[in-house]
Amino acid sequence: MAVLDSKIPTGPLAEKWTKHKNEIDLVNPANKRNIDIIIVGTGLAGGSAAATLAELGYNVKTFCYQDSPRRAHSIAAQGGINASKNYQGDGDSDYRLFYDTIKGGDYRSREANVYRLAEVSGNIIDQCVAQGVPFAREYGGLLDNRSFGGVLVSRTFYAKGQTGQQLLLGAYGAMNRQIQRGKIKSHTRHEMLDLVLIDGKARGIIARDLISGEIERHSAHAVVLATGGYGNVFYLSTMAMGCNVTAAWRAHRRGAFFANPCFTQIHPTCIPVSGDHQSKLTLMSESLRNDGRIWVPKRKEDTQAIREGKLKPTELKEEDRDYFLERRYPAFGNLVPRDVASRAAKERCDAGFGVNKTGEAVYLDFSSAIARYGNEKALTSGIKNPDKDTVTKLGKEIIAAKYGNLFQMYEKIVDENPYNTPMMIYPAVHYTMGGLWVDYNLQTTIPGCYSAGEANFSDHGANRLGASALMQGLADGYFVLPYTIGDYLSDDIQTGPISTDSPEFEEVEKGIKERIDRLMSGSGKHSVDYYHKKLGKIMWNKCGMSRNAEDLKSAIDEIAALRKDFWENVKVTGGKQGMNTELEKAGRVSDFLELGELFAKDALQRNESCGGHFREEYQTPEGEALRDDENFKYVAAWEYKGEPKDAVLHKEELVYENIKVKTRSYK
Amino acid sequence: MNLHLKIWRQQNANSKGKMVDYPISGVESDMSFLEMLDVLNESLINKGEEPIAFDHDCREGICGTCSLMINGEPHGPDRLITACQLHMRKFKDGDTIVIEPFRAKAFPVIKDLIIDRTAFDRIQQAGGYISVNTSGNTVDANAIPIEKHKADEAMDAATCIGCGACVAACKNASAMLFTSAKVSQFSLLPQGRVEATERVQNMVRQMDLEGFGNCTNTGACEVECPKGISLENIARMNREYLMATSKG
Repeated sequence: MAVLDSKIPTGPLAEKWTKHKNEIDLVNPANKRNIDIIIVGTGLAGGSAAATLAELGYNVKTFCYQDSPRRAHSIAAQGGINASKNYQGDGDSDYRLFYDTIKGGDYRSREANVYRLAEVSGNIIDQCVAQGVPFAREYGGLLDNRSFGGVLVSRTFYAKGQTGQQLLLGAYGAMNRQIQRGKIKSHTRHEMLDLVLIDGKARGIIARDLISGEIERHSAHAVVLATGGYGNVFYLSTMAMGCNVTAAWRAHRRGAFFANPCFTQIHPTCIPVSGDHQSKLTLMSESLRNDGRIWVPKRKEDTQAIREGKLKPTELKEEDRDYFLERRYPAFGNLVPRDVASRAAKERCDAGFGVNKTGEAVYLDFSSAIARYGNEKALTSGIKNPDKDTVTKLGKEIIAAKYGNLFQMYEKIVDENPYNTPMMIYPAVHYTMGGLWVDYNLQTTIPGCYSAGEANFSDHGANRLGASALMQGLADGYFVLPYTIGDYLSDDIQTGPISTDSPEFEEVEKGIKERIDRLMSGSGKHSVDYYHKKLGKIMWNKCGMSRNAEDLKSAIDEIAALRKDFWENVKVTGGKQGMNTELEKAGRVSDFLELGELFAKDALQRNESCGGHFREEYQTPEGEALRDDENFKYVAAWEYKGEPKDAVLHKEELVYENIKVKTRSYK
Repeated sequence: MNLHLKIWRQQNANSKGKMVDYPISGVESDMSFLEMLDVLNESLINKGEEPIAFDHDCREGICGTCSLMINGEPHGPDRLITACQLHMRKFKDGDTIVIEPFRAKAFPVIKDLIIDRTAFDRIQQAGGYISVNTSGNTVDANAIPIEKHKADEAMDAATCIGCGACVAACKNASAMLFTSAKVSQFSLLPQGRVEATERVQNMVRQMDLEGFGNCTNTGACEVECPKGISLENIARMNREYLMATSKG
């Protein structure tokens, strides 16, 4: 038996989860009252897990760095949540959702996990509606759906362009109900800084109270990490400023394997970078690709004229535009998966067709949709032979109803009206498929330490499909973890409260205090942001949308050197006591500086192109990703051994019994 | 452009704060307001001074973390946005900009521009939810059709981001717009009607306990709300409250 046991239940695919639930051990309600669970991170996965575990009877303690669980970055998810309800009658099913997700992930995820995800997806929608989540509805009063990339059915439920917000507020409400009942103790403005192991089991955490600066010990019978993704290793991303890898990374240092760190999603439709002062990038929802068409000029002279402001995009004739996604991928067109769309945009921009000053932007154009909707609305309103202005006016109204908040957001940032001129977009780091390795029960390689949501690696393979992150976060939190964790905790019913006055807590706390002292004793040459930006540049240029062995090798050296420089010369102002936002950032960047190197190392060992991981050496003559199933059909799980360069690779072979592995094609 | 910033500095909740002048140059019009503060902070750090602490996270107007009073207006001079979405093109060379935290008795200052808004969480804990179990044994999502316009109205109320601009804008520091948004969302939906009586009473009670003032219908909250939450929600909450109390 290899080190990695995925614990996938036996039996037919569609029966595995039910069978597993029937066979695992349960904890009786009276005993649950004697068991404590720590949950770090209170976004969709952590918040929903906290609510359900508390409702089941466990004593839950939650921790988040934000001032309220309602502000976790799940709140920013725009487009929607997938579920195989088949309300549209377009042939959807659990199997089809499962198949699309495996294929979308380029055959690098586990069949059993993904099938379970599809299986519980419908339940999520039922649950959320019962909680009062105001999903969009049709005039008949039933729920509306829209389409997302990489699929041929309409299975995405949404609440305007604020689906993540509404789902998170639903989970936050469910948490609040348990807080009021005294079953959840919520610690806000707290950051987990280390994991405490006793006899090899996760038994607590060390956290810093971000207001007082106190270092605190918290114990529990199990610890759940639902701390989101690590996209901010790139500095510029669509993540919130505070998103970080610290909790996951500190668990990694304590023995949790980190899986597929190089699998990162670069989202095609984000607002392009405007200058050096930029602090974050803003996503324009994938739902816009339902109606927006992506193009660049066919001729370089037109591109040049546009860049110089001599030609407006609206003046360019239809036949002079290159709708490159429709050209290259006629079957899926503008709704190809994100990795494919991003690479195609980069290809055009690298070839010199980018339409903004820096040459790093393509158009997302709604004029066809405005005309189409306008004509339809004119017909249904009984207007015969409408003139162009009427059609445009009616069409804009429909577009505003569908995407109004996104258009407003774009206009506020860019100062251009996207109803009148096409949006300019460019790919940006958005989501990380990699994360803590977990088995079928969502347990990491540390007994008693679980991971849910984006923080784990489990369901999206090498590329995540749109509207699947919300689905996974809530599936893990509401429907999977609360049951699988019982199997582990059933051995703990006699344990009793875990004391924090043990040598183990003492030692880990001491280590954290020393680490903070070290951070504060740098020579004071450069700010934390200086190092974070430098790291981001290395990551984007050498580990971004396309990678090659030479760049990755130099990235590894550069990051190691930057990390050394950071520890010697970083300047952290203020003191250890009280609130110190610079100290918070310094701790997070110190972990990114280790993760970044492992990321590059992971990308270097994966000598194939798959999903979001594109190695220039491995591509077809048409420039499509060239996967190597013979040698790389595995999950790369890294074991910490000191420096990232010493990390040891463990492979979990992926077995496909229900799906025929083939070349992913969206043509 | 060159600007004169006047910024509230306060070491912690127990110390006295004051306004401090910070001249800044080289501000570009396509910077966001918070990026302008980043630039100022970087220069303070390089001088060995402590940077200005301000709350922020998503920087795309949805998390509700940023909470700046800019020239006397919550989230600054532009409408329907948060401070993180405000861009410097709204200002001109030579402007003086006064930056303070949101002020209210129920929102004590933690440090500089960072305030404690946990009072909002406690209002939500008092009843801002539907009491269904989250274990998934519920009816099919399409079992209860809901009129589209009601669902849309509920959604409009539900878009509140809990930033506290309504409290900061109100001369009474009232949290009526915030509380009524959640009360409205659930009172408009059939799922929420079941507990409507208890919900409105519990949430209003907690709102009063936290020390927020009452509503005198000046409507400043609606003007400053980055999400355009309507004053109608307050009217709806008053109606719900009246109905709840007359039921006993």
